[in-house]
Amino acid sequence: MRRRLSTLLLHLVLIAGAVAAIAPIAWMFAASLMPDGQANAEPPPLLPQPPTLDQYRALFARLDIGRPLLNSTILASAVTLVSLLLNSMAGYAFARLRFRGRDRVFSLLLAALVIPAQVAMLPLFLMLKSMGLVNTYLGVIVPGMASIFGIFLVRQFALSIPQELLDAARVDGASEWQIYRSVVLPLLRPILVTLGVFVFMGTWNDFMWPLIVLTDASMYTLPVALANLMGEHFQDTELMMAGAVVTVLPVLILFLAMQRSYIEGIMMGSLKE
Amino acid sequence: MRSLHRGEARAGWLLAAPALAVIAVFFLLPVAAGFALSVTDFDIYAIGDPDLVRFVGAANYRTLAAEPLFWKALKNTLYFVLLGVPATMGVALAAALGVTAGVTRLKPIFRTIYFAPVVTTLVAVAVVWRYLYHPRFGLINGFLGWFGVEPIAWLADPRWAMPAIVLLAVWKNFGYTMIIFVAGLQAIPEQLYEAARLDGASAWQRFRHITLPGLAPTTTFVAVITVIGYFQLFAEPYVMTSGGGPVNATLSVVLYMFKEGFRWWNIGYAAAVAFVLFWIILAVTLIQTAARRRAER
Repeated sequence: MRRRLSTLLLHLVLIAGAVAAIAPIAWMFAASLMPDGQANAEPPPLLPQPPTLDQYRALFARLDIGRPLLNSTILASAVTLVSLLLNSMAGYAFARLRFRGRDRVFSLLLAALVIPAQVAMLPLFLMLKSMGLVNTYLGVIVPGMASIFGIFLVRQFALSIPQELLDAARVDGASEWQIYRSVVLPLLRPILVTLGVFVFMGTWNDFMWPLIVLTDASMYTLPVALANLMGEHFQDTELMMAGAVVTVLPVLILFLAMQRSYIEGIMMGSLKE
Repeated sequence: MRSLHRGEARAGWLLAAPALAVIAVFFLLPVAAGFALSVTDFDIYAIGDPDLVRFVGAANYRTLAAEPLFWKALKNTLYFVLLGVPATMGVALAAALGVTAGVTRLKPIFRTIYFAPVVTTLVAVAVVWRYLYHPRFGLINGFLGWFGVEPIAWLADPRWAMPAIVLLAVWKNFGYTMIIFVAGLQAIPEQLYEAARLDGASAWQRFRHITLPGLAPTTTFVAVITVIGYFQLFAEPYVMTSGGGPVNATLSVVLYMFKEGFRWWNIGYAAAVAFVLFWIILAVTLIQTAARRRAER
Protein backbone atom coordinates (compact mmCIF):
# COMPACT_ATOMS: atom_id res chain seq x y z
CA MET A 1 0.00 0.00 0.00
CA ARG A 2 2.75 2.43 0.93
CA ARG A 3 4.64 1.42 -2.17
CA ARG A 4 1.70 2.18 -4.42
CA LEU A 5 1.20 5.53 -2.78
CA SER A 6 4.82 6.55 -3.33
CA THR A 7 4.60 5.40 -6.96
CA LEU A 8 1.51 7.53 -7.42
CA LEU A 9 3.24 10.48 -5.78
CA LEU A 10 6.26 10.07 -8.03
CA HIS A 11 4.04 10.18 -11.11
CA LEU A 12 2.22 13.27 -9.85
CA VAL A 13 5.56 15.06 -9.42
CA LEU A 14 6.71 13.91 -12.86
CA ILE A 15 3.48 15.17 -14.43
CA ALA A 16 3.75 18.51 -12.62
CA GLY A 17 7.31 18.81 -13.98
CA ALA A 18 6.12 17.98 -17.47
CA VAL A 19 3.40 20.65 -17.27
CA ALA A 20 5.97 23.22 -16.11
CA ALA A 21 8.34 22.22 -18.92
CA ILE A 22 5.70 22.41 -21.63
CA ALA A 23 3.55 25.33 -20.41
CA PRO A 24 5.70 28.20 -21.78
CA ILE A 25 5.89 26.51 -25.19
CA ALA A 26 2.18 25.70 -25.20
CA TRP A 27 1.26 29.25 -24.22
CA MET A 28 3.51 30.61 -26.97
CA PHE A 29 1.54 28.60 -29.55
CA ALA A 30 -1.82 29.52 -28.03
CA ALA A 31 -1.09 33.26 -27.80
CA SER A 32 0.25 33.30 -31.37
CA LEU A 33 -3.23 32.26 -32.54
CA MET A 34 -5.06 35.01 -30.62
CA PRO A 35 -6.43 38.17 -32.24
CA ASP A 36 -4.76 41.49 -31.35
CA GLY A 37 -4.91 42.33 -27.67
CA GLN A 38 -6.54 39.14 -26.43
CA ALA A 39 -3.49 37.95 -24.47
CA ASN A 40 -3.46 41.13 -22.39
CA ALA A 41 -6.28 40.37 -19.99
CA GLU A 42 -6.77 39.43 -16.36
CA PRO A 43 -6.72 36.55 -15.72
CA PRO A 44 -4.53 35.67 -18.74
CA PRO A 45 -6.53 33.55 -21.22
CA LEU A 46 -5.06 30.14 -22.05
CA LEU A 47 -6.80 29.45 -25.34
CA PRO A 48 -7.37 31.66 -28.40
CA GLN A 49 -11.02 32.58 -29.01
CA PRO A 50 -11.46 32.22 -31.87
CA PRO A 51 -8.09 30.98 -33.20
CA THR A 52 -6.80 33.12 -36.06
CA LEU A 53 -3.74 33.19 -38.31
CA ASP A 54 -3.77 37.01 -38.44
CA GLN A 55 -0.47 37.36 -36.57
CA TYR A 56 1.32 35.05 -39.00
CA ARG A 57 -0.19 36.91 -41.93
CA ALA A 58 1.08 40.20 -40.51
CA LEU A 59 4.54 38.72 -39.90
CA PHE A 60 5.01 37.37 -43.39
CA ALA A 61 3.13 39.98 -45.42
CA ARG A 62 3.88 43.18 -43.53
CA LEU A 63 7.07 42.50 -41.56
CA ASP A 64 8.77 40.22 -44.09
CA ILE A 65 9.83 37.54 -41.62
CA GLY A 66 10.31 35.26 -44.62
CA ARG A 67 13.64 36.96 -45.23
CA PRO A 68 15.25 36.10 -41.85
CA LEU A 69 13.67 32.64 -42.13
CA LEU A 70 15.51 32.21 -45.43
CA ASN A 71 18.75 33.63 -44.02
CA SER A 72 18.65 31.27 -41.04
CA THR A 73 17.94 28.29 -43.29
CA ILE A 74 20.79 29.10 -45.68
CA LEU A 75 23.30 29.82 -42.92
CA ALA A 76 22.47 26.81 -40.76
CA SER A 77 22.57 24.49 -43.79
CA ALA A 78 25.86 25.88 -45.09
CA VAL A 79 27.62 25.68 -41.71
CA THR A 80 26.29 22.14 -41.23
CA LEU A 81 27.56 20.86 -44.58
CA VAL A 82 31.01 22.45 -44.41
CA SER A 83 31.63 21.57 -40.77
CA LEU A 84 30.54 17.95 -41.31
CA LEU A 85 33.16 17.61 -44.03
CA LEU A 86 36.01 19.26 -42.12
CA ASN A 87 35.23 17.74 -38.71
CA SER A 88 34.80 14.23 -40.11
CA MET A 89 38.17 14.41 -41.91
CA ALA A 90 39.96 15.69 -38.81
CA GLY A 91 38.12 13.44 -36.37
CA TYR A 92 39.02 10.36 -38.39
CA ALA A 93 42.65 11.49 -38.72
CA PHE A 94 42.97 12.01 -34.97
CA ALA A 95 41.39 8.63 -34.24
CA ARG A 96 42.87 6.28 -36.76
CA LEU A 97 45.80 7.77 -38.73
CA ARG A 98 49.21 7.61 -37.10
CA PHE A 99 51.21 10.79 -37.53
CA ARG A 100 53.76 12.58 -35.43
CA GLY A 101 52.46 15.14 -32.98
CA ARG A 102 48.92 13.84 -33.30
CA ASP A 103 48.20 13.26 -29.63
CA ARG A 104 49.88 16.47 -28.54
CA VAL A 105 47.84 18.54 -30.98
CA PHE A 106 44.66 16.78 -29.89
CA SER A 107 45.22 17.45 -26.19
CA LEU A 108 45.96 21.10 -27.01
CA LEU A 109 42.60 21.27 -28.78
CA LEU A 110 40.82 19.79 -25.77
CA ALA A 111 42.54 22.29 -23.46
CA ALA A 112 41.29 25.13 -25.70
CA LEU A 113 37.70 24.05 -24.96
CA VAL A 114 37.72 26.15 -21.77
CA ILE A 115 38.32 29.37 -23.72
CA PRO A 116 34.97 31.17 -23.99
CA ALA A 117 34.11 32.15 -27.56
CA GLN A 118 33.55 35.77 -26.51
CA VAL A 119 37.30 36.23 -25.98
CA ALA A 120 37.80 35.82 -29.73
CA MET A 121 34.89 37.97 -30.87
CA LEU A 122 36.39 41.48 -30.88
CA PRO A 123 39.56 40.56 -32.82
CA LEU A 124 37.55 38.24 -35.08
CA PHE A 125 35.22 41.10 -35.92
CA LEU A 126 38.15 43.40 -36.79
CA MET A 127 39.71 40.63 -38.87
CA LEU A 128 36.54 39.89 -40.82
CA LYS A 129 36.00 43.63 -41.27
CA SER A 130 39.41 43.98 -42.92
CA MET A 131 38.53 41.00 -45.14
CA GLY A 132 35.26 42.67 -46.13
CA LEU A 133 33.18 39.89 -44.59
CA VAL A 134 31.15 41.93 -42.10
CA ASN A 135 27.44 41.85 -42.97
CA THR A 136 27.87 38.86 -45.32
CA TYR A 137 26.79 35.22 -45.08
CA LEU A 138 30.47 34.24 -45.05
CA GLY A 139 31.04 36.31 -41.93
CA VAL A 140 28.64 34.01 -40.08
CA ILE A 141 29.76 30.79 -41.77
CA VAL A 142 33.54 31.09 -41.56
CA PRO A 143 34.07 30.77 -37.78
CA GLY A 144 31.67 27.81 -37.66
CA MET A 145 33.33 25.77 -40.41
CA ALA A 146 35.10 23.51 -37.88
CA SER A 147 34.76 23.00 -34.16
CA ILE A 148 36.78 21.33 -31.45
CA PHE A 149 33.66 19.65 -30.10
CA GLY A 150 32.83 18.28 -33.56
CA ILE A 151 36.31 16.85 -34.04
CA PHE A 152 36.11 15.31 -30.57
CA LEU A 153 32.73 13.72 -31.22
CA VAL A 154 33.79 12.19 -34.56
CA ARG A 155 37.06 10.97 -33.06
CA GLN A 156 35.29 9.16 -30.21
CA PHE A 157 33.16 7.35 -32.74
CA ALA A 158 35.95 6.69 -35.26
CA LEU A 159 38.02 4.93 -32.59
CA SER A 160 35.67 1.97 -33.05
CA ILE A 161 36.63 1.53 -36.72
CA PRO A 162 38.69 -1.70 -36.88
CA GLN A 163 42.32 -1.10 -37.84
CA GLU A 164 42.33 -4.31 -39.95
CA LEU A 165 39.67 -2.86 -42.21
CA LEU A 166 41.85 0.15 -43.02
CA ASP A 167 45.00 -1.99 -43.44
CA ALA A 168 43.17 -4.35 -45.76
CA ALA A 169 42.07 -1.43 -47.93
CA ARG A 170 45.68 -0.21 -48.03
CA VAL A 171 46.97 -3.62 -49.10
CA ASP A 172 44.36 -3.58 -51.86
CA GLY A 173 46.03 -0.41 -53.10
CA ALA A 174 43.40 2.14 -52.08
CA SER A 175 44.70 5.67 -51.61
CA GLU A 176 44.22 7.32 -48.22
CA TRP A 177 41.59 9.64 -49.68
CA GLN A 178 39.71 6.69 -51.18
CA ILE A 179 39.79 4.97 -47.80
CA TYR A 180 38.34 8.04 -46.12
CA ARG A 181 35.78 8.53 -48.86
CA SER A 182 34.49 4.98 -49.35
CA VAL A 183 35.40 3.05 -46.19
CA VAL A 184 35.42 5.54 -43.30
CA LEU A 185 32.69 7.99 -44.29
CA PRO A 186 29.94 5.33 -44.61
CA LEU A 187 30.93 3.93 -41.21
CA LEU A 188 30.78 7.40 -39.66
CA ARG A 189 27.25 7.97 -40.89
CA PRO A 190 25.45 7.68 -37.52
CA ILE A 191 27.72 10.16 -35.76
CA LEU A 192 27.58 12.53 -38.72
CA VAL A 193 23.78 12.58 -38.49
CA THR A 194 24.07 13.42 -34.80
CA LEU A 195 26.71 16.08 -35.34
CA GLY A 196 24.72 17.51 -38.23
CA VAL A 197 21.66 17.98 -36.04
CA PHE A 198 23.83 19.54 -33.34
CA VAL A 199 25.49 22.01 -35.68
CA PHE A 200 22.29 22.93 -37.49
CA MET A 201 20.49 23.68 -34.23
CA GLY A 202 23.49 25.46 -32.75
CA THR A 203 23.80 27.75 -35.76
CA TRP A 204 20.05 28.31 -35.99
CA ASN A 205 19.81 29.24 -32.30
CA ASP A 206 23.01 31.28 -32.12
CA PHE A 207 22.50 34.92 -31.23
CA MET A 208 25.59 36.87 -30.20
CA TRP A 209 27.82 36.35 -33.22
CA PRO A 210 25.14 37.03 -35.89
CA LEU A 211 24.09 40.07 -33.83
CA ILE A 212 27.65 41.37 -34.05
CA VAL A 213 28.54 40.52 -37.62
CA LEU A 214 25.25 41.20 -39.43
CA THR A 215 24.36 44.88 -39.64
CA ASP A 216 21.56 45.10 -42.24
CA ALA A 217 18.02 43.99 -41.39
CA SER A 218 17.91 42.12 -44.72
CA MET A 219 20.79 39.90 -43.50
CA TYR A 220 19.42 39.16 -40.01
CA THR A 221 18.86 35.62 -38.82
CA LEU A 222 15.61 34.81 -37.00
CA PRO A 223 16.90 35.35 -33.42
CA VAL A 224 18.42 38.72 -34.35
CA ALA A 225 15.29 39.76 -36.26
CA LEU A 226 13.11 38.68 -33.33
CA ALA A 227 15.14 40.65 -30.78
CA ASN A 228 14.93 43.62 -33.12
CA LEU A 229 11.18 43.22 -33.60
CA MET A 230 10.76 43.33 -29.82
CA GLY A 231 11.95 46.94 -29.87
CA GLU A 232 9.10 48.16 -32.09
CA HIS A 233 6.34 45.70 -31.29
CA PHE A 234 6.71 45.02 -27.59
CA GLN A 235 3.04 45.86 -27.00
CA ASP A 236 1.88 43.34 -29.61
CA THR A 237 2.09 40.22 -27.45
CA GLU A 238 0.29 37.96 -29.94
CA LEU A 239 2.48 39.09 -32.84
CA MET A 240 5.68 38.52 -30.85
CA MET A 241 4.49 35.03 -29.92
CA ALA A 242 3.91 34.23 -33.59
CA GLY A 243 7.47 35.43 -34.27
CA ALA A 244 8.75 33.15 -31.50
CA VAL A 245 6.85 30.22 -33.02
CA VAL A 246 8.35 30.85 -36.46
CA THR A 247 11.81 30.86 -34.84
CA VAL A 248 11.36 27.80 -32.62
CA LEU A 249 9.14 25.52 -34.71
CA PRO A 250 11.73 24.41 -37.31
CA VAL A 251 14.25 23.27 -34.67
CA LEU A 252 11.52 21.74 -32.52
CA ILE A 253 10.36 19.62 -35.47
CA LEU A 254 13.95 18.71 -36.30
CA PHE A 255 14.48 17.60 -32.71
CA LEU A 256 11.30 15.50 -32.59
CA ALA A 257 12.29 13.80 -35.83
CA MET A 258 15.90 13.17 -34.81
CA GLN A 259 15.68 12.99 -31.03
CA ARG A 260 17.27 9.59 -30.64
CA SER A 261 20.54 10.47 -32.39
CA TYR A 262 20.55 13.93 -30.81
CA ILE A 263 20.28 12.58 -27.27
CA GLU A 264 22.84 9.84 -27.95
CA GLY A 265 25.21 12.55 -29.14
CA ILE A 266 24.96 14.37 -25.83
CA MET A 267 25.65 11.16 -23.97
CA MET A 268 28.69 10.46 -26.17
CA GLY A 269 29.99 13.98 -25.80
CA SER A 270 29.85 13.62 -22.04
CA LEU A 271 31.89 10.40 -21.93
CA LYS A 272 35.29 11.11 -20.59
CA GLU A 273 38.47 10.25 -22.57
CA MET B 1 55.27 -1.35 -45.41
CA ARG B 2 57.45 1.66 -44.54
CA SER B 3 56.25 3.72 -47.49
CA LEU B 4 52.71 2.74 -46.63
CA HIS B 5 53.23 4.18 -43.19
CA ARG B 6 54.61 7.43 -44.50
CA GLY B 7 51.57 7.80 -46.74
CA GLU B 8 49.38 7.38 -43.70
CA ALA B 9 51.19 10.11 -41.75
CA ARG B 10 50.91 12.52 -44.65
CA ALA B 11 47.23 11.72 -45.07
CA GLY B 12 46.74 12.30 -41.34
CA TRP B 13 48.07 15.82 -41.53
CA LEU B 14 46.29 16.58 -44.79
CA LEU B 15 42.92 15.45 -43.48
CA ALA B 16 43.32 17.28 -40.19
CA ALA B 17 44.73 20.43 -41.79
CA PRO B 18 41.54 22.17 -43.01
CA ALA B 19 39.78 21.93 -39.64
CA LEU B 20 42.94 22.84 -37.75
CA ALA B 21 43.48 25.83 -40.04
CA VAL B 22 39.94 27.09 -39.43
CA ILE B 23 40.32 26.72 -35.66
CA ALA B 24 43.77 28.32 -35.67
CA VAL B 25 42.86 31.28 -37.88
CA PHE B 26 39.34 32.02 -36.66
CA PHE B 27 39.64 31.06 -33.01
CA LEU B 28 43.14 30.68 -31.56
CA LEU B 29 44.65 33.60 -33.47
CA PRO B 30 41.83 35.96 -32.43
CA VAL B 31 42.25 34.81 -28.82
CA ALA B 32 45.94 35.75 -28.95
CA ALA B 33 45.08 38.99 -30.75
CA GLY B 34 42.52 39.68 -28.05
CA PHE B 35 45.21 39.64 -25.44
CA ALA B 36 47.33 41.99 -27.58
CA LEU B 37 44.32 44.32 -28.01
CA SER B 38 43.72 44.41 -24.27
CA VAL B 39 47.03 46.21 -23.71
CA THR B 40 46.29 48.90 -26.33
CA ASP B 41 43.94 51.86 -26.50
CA PHE B 42 42.26 50.54 -29.70
CA ASP B 43 39.03 52.51 -30.17
CA ILE B 44 36.65 53.79 -32.85
CA TYR B 45 39.29 56.10 -34.36
CA ALA B 46 41.74 53.22 -34.66
CA ILE B 47 39.27 51.27 -36.80
CA GLY B 48 39.69 53.97 -39.45
CA ASP B 49 43.41 54.49 -38.91
CA PRO B 50 45.33 51.67 -37.17
CA ASP B 51 48.38 53.95 -36.80
CA LEU B 52 46.61 55.64 -33.91
CA VAL B 53 46.83 52.55 -31.71
CA ARG B 54 49.19 52.90 -28.75
CA PHE B 55 50.52 50.36 -26.29
CA VAL B 56 49.13 51.23 -22.87
CA GLY B 57 50.32 48.32 -20.76
CA ALA B 58 47.94 47.39 -17.95
CA ALA B 59 46.00 50.67 -18.16
CA ASN B 60 42.77 48.98 -19.36
CA TYR B 61 42.95 46.49 -16.52
CA ARG B 62 43.51 49.30 -14.03
CA THR B 63 40.56 51.22 -15.46
CA LEU B 64 38.21 48.28 -15.16
CA ALA B 65 39.41 47.48 -11.65
CA ALA B 66 38.33 51.01 -10.71
CA GLU B 67 35.05 50.88 -12.65
CA PRO B 68 32.01 50.27 -10.41
CA LEU B 69 29.92 49.11 -13.38
CA PHE B 70 32.40 46.32 -14.13
CA TRP B 71 32.26 45.14 -10.52
CA LYS B 72 28.49 45.31 -10.64
CA ALA B 73 28.48 43.15 -13.78
CA LEU B 74 30.90 40.68 -12.20
CA LYS B 75 28.81 40.45 -9.04
CA ASN B 76 25.63 39.92 -11.05
CA THR B 77 27.29 37.19 -13.09
CA LEU B 78 28.57 35.43 -9.96
CA TYR B 79 25.08 35.66 -8.45
CA PHE B 80 23.64 34.08 -11.60
CA VAL B 81 26.23 31.28 -11.54
CA LEU B 82 25.95 30.59 -7.80
CA LEU B 83 22.16 30.47 -7.91
CA GLY B 84 21.74 28.94 -11.36
CA VAL B 85 24.28 26.10 -11.36
CA PRO B 86 23.09 24.31 -8.19
CA ALA B 87 19.43 24.91 -9.11
CA THR B 88 19.91 23.50 -12.62
CA MET B 89 21.89 20.51 -11.39
CA GLY B 90 19.45 19.79 -8.56
CA VAL B 91 16.39 19.84 -10.81
CA ALA B 92 18.28 17.82 -13.44
CA LEU B 93 19.31 15.14 -10.93
CA ALA B 94 15.77 14.86 -9.57
CA ALA B 95 14.42 14.57 -13.12
CA ALA B 96 17.07 11.98 -14.04
CA LEU B 97 16.18 9.86 -11.00
CA GLY B 98 12.49 10.23 -11.84
CA VAL B 99 12.77 9.16 -15.47
CA THR B 100 15.04 6.20 -14.68
CA ALA B 101 13.17 4.85 -11.63
CA GLY B 102 12.01 1.27 -12.16
CA VAL B 103 8.37 2.01 -11.38
CA THR B 104 8.04 5.01 -13.71
CA ARG B 105 5.66 4.56 -16.64
CA LEU B 106 6.00 6.30 -20.02
CA LYS B 107 9.68 7.12 -19.44
CA PRO B 108 10.45 8.16 -23.04
CA ILE B 109 7.57 10.63 -23.05
CA PHE B 110 8.70 12.34 -19.85
CA ARG B 111 12.26 12.41 -21.16
CA THR B 112 11.22 14.04 -24.42
CA ILE B 113 9.05 16.65 -22.69
CA TYR B 114 11.76 17.55 -20.18
CA PHE B 115 14.23 17.86 -23.00
CA ALA B 116 12.08 20.00 -25.30
CA PRO B 117 13.07 23.38 -23.75
CA VAL B 118 16.74 22.60 -24.48
CA VAL B 119 16.29 22.65 -28.24
CA THR B 120 14.24 25.84 -28.33
CA THR B 121 15.88 29.05 -29.49
CA LEU B 122 17.10 30.99 -26.45
CA VAL B 123 16.13 34.39 -27.86
CA ALA B 124 12.63 33.18 -28.71
CA VAL B 125 11.94 31.68 -25.28
CA ALA B 126 13.45 34.72 -23.58
CA VAL B 127 10.83 36.75 -25.48
CA VAL B 128 8.11 34.32 -24.36
CA TRP B 129 9.24 34.46 -20.73
CA ARG B 130 9.32 38.23 -20.81
CA TYR B 131 5.56 38.08 -21.31
CA LEU B 132 5.13 35.24 -18.80
CA TYR B 133 6.70 37.57 -16.23
CA HIS B 134 4.33 40.44 -17.04
CA PRO B 135 3.09 41.79 -13.67
CA ARG B 136 -0.59 41.94 -14.68
CA PHE B 137 -1.11 39.67 -17.70
CA GLY B 138 1.69 37.17 -17.13
CA LEU B 139 0.95 33.50 -16.52
CA ILE B 140 3.45 33.26 -13.67
CA ASN B 141 1.79 35.87 -11.46
CA GLY B 142 -1.54 34.40 -12.51
CA PHE B 143 -0.42 30.99 -11.24
CA LEU B 144 1.05 32.37 -8.01
CA GLY B 145 -2.20 34.28 -7.49
CA TRP B 146 -3.98 30.95 -6.89
CA PHE B 147 -1.86 30.59 -3.76
CA GLY B 148 -2.57 34.14 -2.66
CA VAL B 149 0.82 35.52 -3.67
CA GLU B 150 0.70 39.24 -4.42
CA PRO B 151 1.77 40.19 -7.99
CA ILE B 152 5.55 40.52 -8.34
CA ALA B 153 7.09 43.01 -10.78
CA TRP B 154 9.65 40.35 -11.79
CA LEU B 155 11.76 42.00 -14.47
CA ALA B 156 11.15 45.55 -13.28
CA ASP B 157 12.23 44.87 -9.69
CA PRO B 158 16.02 44.89 -9.10
CA ARG B 159 15.65 42.22 -6.42
CA TRP B 160 13.63 39.83 -8.59
CA ALA B 161 15.07 40.41 -12.07
CA MET B 162 18.07 38.12 -11.68
CA PRO B 163 16.18 35.29 -9.92
CA ALA B 164 13.67 35.54 -12.79
CA ILE B 165 16.46 35.03 -15.31
CA VAL B 166 17.80 32.12 -13.24
CA LEU B 167 14.36 30.47 -13.35
CA LEU B 168 14.30 30.77 -17.15
CA ALA B 169 17.83 29.33 -17.34
CA VAL B 170 16.89 26.36 -15.14
CA TRP B 171 13.80 25.69 -17.25
CA LYS B 172 15.79 25.97 -20.48
CA ASN B 173 18.84 23.91 -19.48
CA PHE B 174 17.94 21.22 -16.93
CA GLY B 175 16.94 18.73 -19.64
CA TYR B 176 20.45 18.73 -21.08
CA THR B 177 22.02 18.09 -17.69
CA MET B 178 19.37 15.47 -16.98
CA ILE B 179 20.43 13.44 -20.04
CA ILE B 180 24.06 13.45 -18.87
CA PHE B 181 22.96 12.33 -15.40
CA VAL B 182 20.87 9.56 -16.98
CA ALA B 183 23.99 8.33 -18.79
CA GLY B 184 25.89 8.45 -15.48
CA LEU B 185 23.13 6.55 -13.64
CA GLN B 186 23.08 3.82 -16.25
CA ALA B 187 26.81 3.30 -15.75
CA ILE B 188 26.32 2.36 -12.07
CA PRO B 189 26.23 -1.48 -11.82
CA GLU B 190 22.80 -2.83 -10.88
CA GLN B 191 24.43 -5.48 -8.62
CA LEU B 192 25.49 -2.78 -6.17
CA TYR B 193 21.85 -1.87 -5.58
CA GLU B 194 20.80 -5.50 -5.26
CA ALA B 195 23.52 -6.21 -2.73
CA ALA B 196 22.53 -3.14 -0.73
CA ARG B 197 18.88 -4.18 -0.81
CA LEU B 198 19.78 -7.63 0.52
CA ASP B 199 21.68 -5.91 3.32
CA GLY B 200 18.51 -4.03 4.15
CA ALA B 201 19.68 -0.55 3.08
CA SER B 202 16.87 2.02 2.80
CA ALA B 203 16.20 3.98 -0.41
CA TRP B 204 17.89 7.03 1.08
CA GLN B 205 20.96 4.99 2.13
CA ARG B 206 21.22 3.50 -1.35
CA PHE B 207 21.03 6.99 -2.87
CA ARG B 208 23.56 8.39 -0.41
CA HIS B 209 26.11 5.57 -0.57
CA ILE B 210 25.76 4.15 -4.08
CA THR B 211 24.11 6.68 -6.41
CA LEU B 212 25.90 9.84 -5.28
CA PRO B 213 29.44 8.37 -5.20
CA GLY B 214 28.77 6.57 -8.49
CA LEU B 215 27.72 9.85 -10.08
CA ALA B 216 30.71 11.82 -8.79
CA PRO B 217 32.65 11.97 -12.10
CA THR B 218 29.45 12.91 -13.96
CA THR B 219 28.66 15.58 -11.39
CA THR B 220 32.08 17.19 -11.78
CA PHE B 221 31.79 17.17 -15.57
CA VAL B 222 28.30 18.67 -15.43
CA ALA B 223 29.38 21.31 -12.89
CA VAL B 224 32.33 22.34 -15.06
CA ILE B 225 30.35 22.72 -18.29
CA THR B 226 27.40 24.41 -16.57
CA VAL B 227 29.65 26.92 -14.81
CA ILE B 228 31.48 27.72 -18.05
CA GLY B 229 28.18 28.15 -19.85
CA TYR B 230 26.54 30.27 -17.16
CA PHE B 231 29.49 32.66 -16.90
CA GLN B 232 28.70 33.57 -20.52
CA LEU B 233 25.22 34.92 -19.68
CA PHE B 234 24.23 37.33 -22.44
CA ALA B 235 21.06 36.79 -24.51
CA GLU B 236 18.62 36.61 -21.56
CA PRO B 237 19.35 40.10 -20.16
CA TYR B 238 19.83 41.47 -23.69
CA VAL B 239 16.30 40.41 -24.63
CA MET B 240 14.39 40.42 -21.34
CA THR B 241 15.63 43.45 -19.44
CA SER B 242 16.52 45.73 -22.36
CA GLY B 243 20.20 45.21 -21.88
CA GLY B 244 20.83 44.69 -18.18
CA GLY B 245 18.13 46.65 -16.34
CA PRO B 246 16.55 47.51 -13.96
CA VAL B 247 19.32 49.78 -12.65
CA ASN B 248 21.92 47.34 -14.01
CA ALA B 249 20.62 44.50 -11.81
CA THR B 250 21.01 42.02 -14.68
CA LEU B 251 24.05 43.49 -16.43
CA SER B 252 26.39 40.52 -17.01
CA VAL B 253 30.11 40.58 -17.79
CA VAL B 254 29.60 39.50 -21.39
CA LEU B 255 26.83 42.07 -21.86
CA TYR B 256 29.13 44.74 -20.42
CA MET B 257 31.89 43.63 -22.81
CA PHE B 258 29.44 43.69 -25.72
CA LYS B 259 28.30 47.22 -24.92
CA GLU B 260 31.80 48.59 -24.38
CA GLY B 261 33.20 46.84 -27.46
CA PHE B 262 30.42 46.88 -30.02
CA ARG B 263 28.35 49.87 -28.91
CA TRP B 264 31.00 52.34 -27.82
CA TRP B 265 33.89 50.71 -29.72
CA ASN B 266 36.23 50.85 -26.71
CA ILE B 267 37.81 47.73 -28.19
CA GLY B 268 41.02 47.64 -26.16
CA TYR B 269 39.09 48.06 -22.94
CA ALA B 270 36.42 45.48 -23.89
CA ALA B 271 39.17 42.98 -24.78
CA ALA B 272 40.52 43.39 -21.24
CA VAL B 273 37.02 42.67 -19.86
CA ALA B 274 36.84 39.51 -22.00
CA PHE B 275 40.21 38.37 -20.72
CA VAL B 276 39.34 38.85 -17.10
CA LEU B 277 36.28 36.67 -17.70
CA PHE B 278 38.51 34.07 -19.34
CA TRP B 279 40.91 33.97 -16.37
CA ILE B 280 38.00 33.63 -13.94
CA ILE B 281 36.49 30.75 -15.92
CA LEU B 282 39.89 29.06 -16.17
CA ALA B 283 40.54 29.44 -12.43
CA VAL B 284 37.11 28.09 -11.45
CA THR B 285 37.49 25.13 -13.84
CA LEU B 286 40.93 24.28 -12.43
CA ILE B 287 39.63 24.50 -8.86
CA GLN B 288 36.69 22.22 -9.69
CA THR B 289 38.85 19.56 -11.36
CA ALA B 290 41.48 19.74 -8.61
CA ALA B 291 38.81 19.28 -5.94
CA ARG B 292 37.57 16.24 -7.84
CA ARG B 293 41.04 14.71 -8.04
CA ARG B 294 41.57 15.28 -4.35
CA ALA B 295 38.26 13.64 -3.50
CA GLU B 296 39.22 10.60 -5.59
CA ARG B 297 42.41 10.10 -3.62
